Amino acid sequence: MHMADALISPQVGGAMWATSLGLAAYSAHRLKPEMTERKIPLMGVLGAFVFAAQMINVTIPATGSSGHLGGGMILTILLGPYAAFLVMFSILAVQALFFADGGLLALGCNVFNLGFWPCFVFYPLFKKIIGKSPTHGRIMTGSIASGVLSLQLGAFCVVLQTLLSGISELPFGAFLLLMQPIHLGIGIIEGIVTAAVVSFVWQARPELLELSADSKLEPAMSLKPILVTFAIVALLVGTLLSWFASTHPDGLEWALFRVTGKEELEASPDGLHAAMAKLQEKTSFMPDYGFPETPATQEPEAEQPATEAEAEAWPAISAGTSVAGVVGGGIVLALAVLIGTLLRLVQRRQNVAVS
Amino acid sequence: MTRLDTAISDVDALDRLATRGSPIHRLDPRAKLVVTALFLLTVVSYPKYNVVEMTPLFLYLAALLALGRIPALMLARYLLLACPFALLAGLFNPLIDRQVVTYLGPLAVTGGWLSFVSILIRFTLTVSAVLLLLASTGYVAVCAALGKLGAPRLLIIQFLMLYRFIFILTDEAARMVRAHSLRNPDEPNPPLRAWGSLAGHLLLRAYDRGQRVHTAMLARGFDGTLRLPQGFHWSMADTLFVAGSSGFLLLARYGHLATRIGQWTMELAA
Amino acid sequence: MSHHIIEVKELEYSYADGTAALRNVSFRIEHGESVGVIGENGAGKSTLLLHLNGCLLATKGTVRVGDIPVLRDTLKQIRRSVGTIFQDPNDQLFMPTVEEDVAFGPLNMHLPPEDVESRVHKALEAVNALHLRNRPPHRLSGGEKRTAAIATALSMSPDILVLDEPSAGLDPQARRRLINLLDGFKHTKIIASHDLDMILALCPRTIIMHQGTIVADGATADVLSDRNLLAKSGLELPLGAQGCPICNAKHPEK
Repeated sequence: MHMADALISPQVGGAMWATSLGLAAYSAHRLKPEMTERKIPLMGVLGAFVFAAQMINVTIPATGSSGHLGGGMILTILLGPYAAFLVMFSILAVQALFFADGGLLALGCNVFNLGFWPCFVFYPLFKKIIGKSPTHGRIMTGSIASGVLSLQLGAFCVVLQTLLSGISELPFGAFLLLMQPIHLGIGIIEGIVTAAVVSFVWQARPELLELSADSKLEPAMSLKPILVTFAIVALLVGTLLSWFASTHPDGLEWALFRVTGKEELEASPDGLHAAMAKLQEKTSFMPDYGFPETPATQEPEAEQPATEAEAEAWPAISAGTSVAGVVGGGIVLALAVLIGTLLRLVQRRQNVAVS
Repeated sequence: MTRLDTAISDVDALDRLATRGSPIHRLDPRAKLVVTALFLLTVVSYPKYNVVEMTPLFLYLAALLALGRIPALMLARYLLLACPFALLAGLFNPLIDRQVVTYLGPLAVTGGWLSFVSILIRFTLTVSAVLLLLASTGYVAVCAALGKLGAPRLLIIQFLMLYRFIFILTDEAARMVRAHSLRNPDEPNPPLRAWGSLAGHLLLRAYDRGQRVHTAMLARGFDGTLRLPQGFHWSMADTLFVAGSSGFLLLARYGHLATRIGQWTMELAA
Repeated sequence: MSHHIIEVKELEYSYADGTAALRNVSFRIEHGESVGVIGENGAGKSTLLLHLNGCLLATKGTVRVGDIPVLRDTLKQIRRSVGTIFQDPNDQLFMPTVEEDVAFGPLNMHLPPEDVESRVHKALEAVNALHLRNRPPHRLSGGEKRTAAIATALSMSPDILVLDEPSAGLDPQARRRLINLLDGFKHTKIIASHDLDMILALCPRTIIMHQGTIVADGATADVLSDRNLLAKSGLELPLGAQGCPICNAKHPEK
């Protein structure tokens, strides 16, 4: 479910970070000091509760499968949407940092996918189903409905984000058919598990469930402008970054070549200069150029047996260049190990000298 | 050891590394955060078929690893922990994209395999960079730096409070799970009903603790605003670190270092 | 120096559900006194202590600290002069490091940075915990947590220290160090505890609570040797006053 850094493009990562940070800033803004005075300690411990509870797996009766708590919905029930969103953000950040779940760049995506839907969109649905006088049945229905819907939309966002990033080859339809049913199952399990906790709390300490009433969200009224704003922000950041990625690099590359080329030219002896000049000629055949850059244009058709034009485009990368690349890459990696070892040796020597 | 115990000792071990002293540790957390962000952006900005041109980035990681005195074993363990996901996510590429794009001697390489290897390299680079940031800076300082760079205050406060109580609540949860499993040796996971009341009790305890903490905060004059840790000092070394790293990242991204070195070596050999 | 006086008059307190927790509680504690509050679980000790710093406000009756009544408007002043050390130090240590935790109170008092720094230093020095300064709380032992928690209260320069079960969960040597530390403080002290031997060592005066009322208030030596009174209140003689289990001889009274 977590998006990973390895599958993401800078545009998607940046846009989603901007969105999630924006939502966080908005949530923080909505929580006034009178409320934070009471909520700050609760947010801390309830976040830690979800973090811990997610690691206790539960066996679902009659299915033999196991699942764990989602967290978004239960936090919203206990803390209200704004505080809950900040708590989800923090939990996902800790998971990204300490357990490499997702990654730092993909954190924006994950916070949005797993936090936005339950906290801001489906919590009102849950409240509506529960109504004024909760019963076990209503709690179960509400938890499953909101859990499933949150996860379906979250999963759909994962598909979209992966697709827009263009690193994974999965075609849209197949990926969707893979993700949605899996997350239907997971959503039902998370819903049942959430219901189990909510039911328990409702029986043991019913007053806690009413706690979030003070930060009631007026759905249609306040949500629409926020959504529109964030859609615009996300779009802007995305386009800006796309523009950077698609046009700017060439300029940069060009500038860099000139700079490095010139410096070498003036500073180095003839042999090297000649080699560099040759290199510069050859670099026009480098993978960076030879391979199609924009995934959108060619990626979905990859399955089709080679459109003629593409087939012709490929040979531009000669086998020689590829071999050179692999040789170079190998040398660089060996260099990395060497540098690492040397630096550590030097440090150890310094330490000995000091102590 | 249960999963809960392992998780918490992992967190602690990682954060303990941050208490070591090294030139990297002494850099301003903001500098390290910015450079890590640039590094991640650089990694993910490579075209999807790129493999060899990413290798120079390992130079950078190796230097940080060594200078920061981060045990390589720890990094390896961390990578191993997270790799199933990357493998799974990338595995479809070789199956779907079977276009032969180049030959390595007698070996035909398809685009799918190339992008698969590329995903694995991206994974290794991004995960390592985050670990190195955390191990050389520490969670609290990373959060504080994020706050200094403009993230919402309340979010940062939440980051810090969560971290404080993770240790306590995970420990409580581990004790409850242990008590349960001692009486149910055949059942690794509690069934739904037991789980509900176990988690429910944990939640109520957490809630009560939250209120006690609230009382303790009030007793010391808390009024809803929390002061964040401060005292960062941006020095010349930080400016140099950021400038140098950015320069290197640009060179690595657009300089075709690997291919150049390869061709140069082959020409020398010829 | 009337600041150091606590006066509780006919204090009553009921929980939201109507259960009476405190009934007609009255006492006066003079400057520099050290008073133990004992009683079985649920006797109302913690509830009483929470009234002394205004975390709970009286349903009926009054609580005065120095010349100031404990009311919603006076909480700021009250909390400056009353330092509370809670039962579980994990609840009291909520900041990332000990230093920041000790600085939490002074920062809320809006003191200038130099003053905050000097208070943190002085508080940590007073409990011999300067070496714990930069440690996160989850990396402290039970005894260290307790001393750090005491420092967080001391940094606010209180006149009165209120301690709830300070020796709970400590190993014997840490407990002994704590007793010596508290003995060295010149503050007015109120200590609620089941550790009767600690009360014997630290408090010349003791209050016994039972079902929300005070059933005894007097010299510790008298109160803690009254076998019948103790038994009625769900307590027993302090170990130090019981016969030696090995040689069966009675210890000389303190």
